[in-house]
Amino acid sequence: MRDNLILRVTARILIPIIILFALYVQFHGDYSPGGGFQAGVIFSSAILLYALAFGLDTAAKVVPNQALIATASLGVLLYAGTGVVSLFFGGEFLNYSLLADEPTTGQHIGIIIIELGVGLTVAAIMLLIFFTFARRILN
Amino acid sequence: MIHEQLSVLLVVIPLLAAPITAMFNKLSWSWLITLLVCASCCFFSAWLLMDVANGEIIHYELGGWAPPWGIEYRIDALNALVALIVCIIALCTTIYSRKSVEQEILPYQHGMFYAAFQLCFLGLLGITLTGDIFNVFVFLEISSLASYALIAMGKNRKALTSSFHYLVLGTLGATFFLIGVGLAYAATGTLNMDDLAAKLPLVENIQMVHTAFALIIVGLALKAAIYPLHLWLPNAYSYAPTVISIFLSATATKVAIYVLIRCLFNVFSLEYVLTTWLPQIMTVLGAVAILYGSVRAIGQTGMKKMLAYSSVAQIGYMIMGIGFLSQQGLTASIVHLFNHALMKGALFMAAGLYIYRVNTATFENLKGMGREMPYTFFAMLIAALSLIGVPGTVGFVSKWQLINAALEQQQWGMVVIILLGSLLAIVYVWKLVEVLYFQSAEKIRVQGVESGSERIGSSPLGMTSAMWILALACIYFGFNTELTLGTAGTAVDLLFSAGGTK
Amino acid sequence: MTDYILGHINYWIIIILMMVGLYTMMSKPNLIKKMAGLSVFQTGVILLYISFGKVTGGTAPIVAEGFDTYSNPLPQVLMLTAIVVGVATTALGFALIVRIQEAYGSIEEDELEKMDDET
Repeated sequence: MRDNLILRVTARILIPIIILFALYVQFHGDYSPGGGFQAGVIFSSAILLYALAFGLDTAAKVVPNQALIATASLGVLLYAGTGVVSLFFGGEFLNYSLLADEPTTGQHIGIIIIELGVGLTVAAIMLLIFFTFARRILN
Repeated sequence: MIHEQLSVLLVVIPLLAAPITAMFNKLSWSWLITLLVCASCCFFSAWLLMDVANGEIIHYELGGWAPPWGIEYRIDALNALVALIVCIIALCTTIYSRKSVEQEILPYQHGMFYAAFQLCFLGLLGITLTGDIFNVFVFLEISSLASYALIAMGKNRKALTSSFHYLVLGTLGATFFLIGVGLAYAATGTLNMDDLAAKLPLVENIQMVHTAFALIIVGLALKAAIYPLHLWLPNAYSYAPTVISIFLSATATKVAIYVLIRCLFNVFSLEYVLTTWLPQIMTVLGAVAILYGSVRAIGQTGMKKMLAYSSVAQIGYMIMGIGFLSQQGLTASIVHLFNHALMKGALFMAAGLYIYRVNTATFENLKGMGREMPYTFFAMLIAALSLIGVPGTVGFVSKWQLINAALEQQQWGMVVIILLGSLLAIVYVWKLVEVLYFQSAEKIRVQGVESGSERIGSSPLGMTSAMWILALACIYFGFNTELTLGTAGTAVDLLFSAGGTK
Repeated sequence: MTDYILGHINYWIIIILMMVGLYTMMSKPNLIKKMAGLSVFQTGVILLYISFGKVTGGTAPIVAEGFDTYSNPLPQVLMLTAIVVGVATTALGFALIVRIQEAYGSIEEDELEKMDDET
């Protein structure tokens, strides 16, 4: 890939900001618009920018395929696991009012964990889709 | 504790297991996990059916949010019966799948194959259990997306194009369903099926509700492959990997038909349906499907495609039963839904065994295979006789019910068509028997099987035993109709008493 | 009459989008164009739901002082799910198209059918 200084410098400045913004949308989603889906997509766009600026192979070193599959699976497990934990507390599936003594605290904890699971899965899946297509076409 | 959570466990177990399976890429592990998942779901769904068999209705509020705001799972005899058949077929398919997957699927895809299989299973169970109409859409898409991917794993390159066609038509169907749900929501402000049933009669004369009704029915008809909208089915089922042909042909369209029944009788009431032309249209389309599917099945040169076209015909019987809008007609449809899953499962399994042995299922290459594989042939024969409707098999039970329903309404034409459908079934079953048993074998049959492979002389135990379980079930449920007819009767009573009162 | 047309402008746009999508999907032999048509069709549905949820003068449904009319958040949540389903469908569709291109060397439906008929 041709060295493009402007692209690389801009990417280096932008990527941390994008990731920070993704984390903000992720964890502030409890109080304001946001949440796992949006945060996951924003996060993956940071890695996409990295892949576009520094090449697919470099990006594949940062996020290997196997790790992406594991992260996506982990996100789903986190989601379903939270639901199952509330089953063990004697409530219905995903009834996270029971996760703490106070129902509202429990709901806060529950939604943060659930959205974290969603965020991980969405970010990993978006990247997997991108890398799978990009490699196929390059080959 | 488990008892109250039964309904949600059916969805949660595959949901937990699927990502774990995706991470393992070894055939033995992913097969074992899938087997455990299907076995436990089978057990739980049988338990669930026992709970609701006497006409009780279980309500389960997800997340503790009370309906109509939260999503609820609402289980009565009908859901439980459909869930049970999905689980039974999934279990038998998994038992069957091991060697077949080893042969047909590339090694690096084994983990993903079983993960997608579990997701498809999860989606189908979710559709049957949920009482929220938007949730139906979500699960419908989960199962459909998984099945597009699974069909595309077939060896023949035609699997790719047929999967793409299925994807376009399936998404179109789901989107129509989604528009319908949206319009119904705009008219009533609720998505819960019970709540919709209560609120729709108040607004049933506005144009929007008619449109919603039409779109929901057309969307589901596409998913259920009802006659003029069946075009995706034959190719998708015949080029898919054998395991997937078995699973999808026995469950996917059945579940869509279940949703259709639910929407017609629970969401929109019987009185509303009677004001439309739909019952007549469905009866006629059912009749056309029976004739068209059977005639096309006769003309096929491959076993899998013949079975796929015969599925189109069998769906016709179910649609005709619904179209009669009588208790007996609906009972016949529900029983046939259960029975057809058993016999089509067994038939596709037999086709899969032939493919396992000779790598192809075109009639040219199957000549005389029946004599070489007598046990497979015999099990296939039982299921095929059941497809015709010979007394003593399950096919007879449901066809007898359907004919009675037609006689009750004095629809003589339909009686003739049902009998004609059976005659045509005899023709294509005879064609199968003739090729497999009476024609003499040719030398060049075996293609692409390495010499010394374990596939030459024997059929694997897992495959044959799963097939025999389903074939014997075809006979067992032909004599003991308590489970099928009894539960279907309870379900139909509930559906008919629900109309208008709630 | 003008009021009627302008007052329902979003619905006109939705209908146009849906029809454009459906027409593209049915008339074009190119598989990628078919997927594009499907996406446009789904976008129409998404806009339809969002239109249902809009309350004139309502704000975003966040509890805050000084606001008492909110748009209905439920259709938006539903469409979040539908968008995810749409993304998955599109990705799967394109993956299939890539594989079809590799297997057949073409993504024009009429050519694919011809090749299938020959074998």
